[in-house]
Amino acid sequence: MNFDLGDDERALQQGIRDVCKRLFPIGRVRGLEDAGGIDRTLWHELGRAGVFSLRVPESEGGVGLGTTEAALVFEELGRALVPGPVISTHLAASLIEGARGGERVVGFIERDRTPQVVPQLPQLDTLVVADAKGLWLVDPRHLGARPVAQPLDPLTPVHLIEHLPKGEKIAGPKEVERWSRDGSVLAASMLVGVAAACTEAAVAYAKERNQFGRPIGGFQAVKHICADMLVREEVARVGTYAAAVFCDGNGAGDADRAVAGARLLAADAALANGKANVQVHGGMGYTWEVDAHLYLKRAVLLSTRFGKSDELAEVVASTLTA
Amino acid sequence: MDLRYSDSDEAFRAELRAWLSDALPSLPPKPGADDWQARRAWDTRWQRMLFDAGYAGIDWPREVEGRGASPTEHLIFLEETERADAPYVGVNFVGILHAGPTLIAEGSDEQKKRHLPRILRGEEVWCQGFSEPGAGSDLAALSTKAVLDGDHYVVSGQKIWTSFAHVADYCELLVRTDEPKHKGITWLIMPMDAKGIEIQPLRTITGSTEFSQMFLDEVRIPVANRVGNENDGWRVAMVTFSFERGTAFVGELIRTMSLVEDVAALAMRTPRDGGTAWDDPGLRRDLGKIAAELDALWALTRRNVTQAERGTGVPGLGGSVFKLAYSEVRARLGDLTMKLLGGAALALEDVGGIPSGIHVERWFQSMSLTIAAGTSQIQRNIVGERILGLPKEPAV
Repeated sequence: MNFDLGDDERALQQGIRDVCKRLFPIGRVRGLEDAGGIDRTLWHELGRAGVFSLRVPESEGGVGLGTTEAALVFEELGRALVPGPVISTHLAASLIEGARGGERVVGFIERDRTPQVVPQLPQLDTLVVADAKGLWLVDPRHLGARPVAQPLDPLTPVHLIEHLPKGEKIAGPKEVERWSRDGSVLAASMLVGVAAACTEAAVAYAKERNQFGRPIGGFQAVKHICADMLVREEVARVGTYAAAVFCDGNGAGDADRAVAGARLLAADAALANGKANVQVHGGMGYTWEVDAHLYLKRAVLLSTRFGKSDELAEVVASTLTA
Repeated sequence: MDLRYSDSDEAFRAELRAWLSDALPSLPPKPGADDWQARRAWDTRWQRMLFDAGYAGIDWPREVEGRGASPTEHLIFLEETERADAPYVGVNFVGILHAGPTLIAEGSDEQKKRHLPRILRGEEVWCQGFSEPGAGSDLAALSTKAVLDGDHYVVSGQKIWTSFAHVADYCELLVRTDEPKHKGITWLIMPMDAKGIEIQPLRTITGSTEFSQMFLDEVRIPVANRVGNENDGWRVAMVTFSFERGTAFVGELIRTMSLVEDVAALAMRTPRDGGTAWDDPGLRRDLGKIAAELDALWALTRRNVTQAERGTGVPGLGGSVFKLAYSEVRARLGDLTMKLLGGAALALEDVGGIPSGIHVERWFQSMSLTIAAGTSQIQRNIVGERILGLPKEPAV
């Protein structure tokens, strides 16, 4: 048993962290607002870094790594607030030409959601729609959809779909299950990254902001908020790593329960830490200028993707009476 | 990362399972909760059985007759004994989990030889004299005084929260030997049959008398019973905390994971509005989330064990994070269960054929989890200051 990062995993984590720092410093991320969150050159760079081909076997020209490594990579994408449908483009790597190299931007929705909103529609080359029968390819330009005027996350414009065509079937129910499970693990990983970024930002601010003649982080009232942020982040992280390890078959455990539980805890951690980060920043946290709102809004966005809290909690609960 | 166990770990598990399935049926029935002498006899008998089978002092080094097991084997031991519903350390939890390890790290050869084998064989029971009425979270403010008189310390003062004092042979005692707060404390081994010790049981919120207050009136303790140097007792007392890597609650956690399934089963047989309480989506989801958190805490335990094995990670991080999260989940599970029990919550025993007693007891116990061994508030200070590097509280 070895449930700590190994040397290779640490190197991968550091590597992708460096890539994110280089390609997606927060100032540049904020500058992507007018481009709907997606810059083709940067998307291509993500492809070159192996983000999308990470789990494509080496024999097929991919990186050949597992879900565990993907969890580490997507945690860093979450931490850096990388916008765009990185999860679905990654999941499409072996299915849709051009996805793995970052030449195509692949979006994803589940068919029976109301209201049916799709992020970044004008930026998508391909939209994958999942239902009980399989995965369907829909041309994003042939949708009955209208833009929502004020998207919550300024880096993620959304459209409301009024008419969703059936599309062309590209895979069966087994692949839907894979997208759902792997998508949940990767969304959990990104949410953990968001939660961690919030802890880091709140702690940094609590150390530098002075009131009553000393840093506010010295007051228990603020310090304890920060401590709780770390606890939520850590618990969600180990839960997510365990789920990823189960998905790779490297441990005896109920993978579906672990994935649902991890995605549930990660969303809670990201949302709670997003709010706590705003609180620690005080009045400045409520401004557009300070970054705190971007993390909270990304937490909300990701928490609506690849699972919903109530449904995930039901999945775990259903295993208790077996 | 890999959560599979090695072949040798699985072999250790199989051997332990086989031994447990032989040993457990031979145990006599458990004595009543307040029959302390019988409980001592029962718990120490189990300790002797562990010793004879080579499982006593599972994580203690071989030099002191421990098993010298790896952290992973230690985890397997805790997991398997809990799943088999085997007894745990019982009345000698201080000897086995705290005083013993302190002696291993800081005791003289003489002290180790005298006490460690007897603790392992179940012949010697220890209690703890650390907290005082005026020194709880601020433990270093303790004022029980020790004055040197020839080759003895003469000790007077008051200690509190001493579990199993009335059946203990020795007490790990912190006393004040000098003024400076942290640098005036000394660690002594107090024989519980010394003159001048008065023990008063302290009834807890559940009505149990597990805790005592100890009144010490000129108790004479040989200088040879001092562990470490005079005035170095704070460091000696803290040394065991640096070993703690979050395995302290393994048995607890496993029991709680199975308790969650018991609560689900209880909800399924609790009539409600023509159906059962399990038809309530709110209850199901709350319980599902609690189960998810316990799964994650089991993962955290396994990470802590890996880090202990490799000497990586931040010491104490896993322990404090675990305790904060676990005690909070336990409180929520308890609250949810009490609501579910309705009228059956009105007793500490099973009512009307509903297995409610254990749930009520564990609800109360969950309240001790956010207080004992460092309150959640102190734990948050530890996480905030030592791990996140936030400025310290103004300490006196």
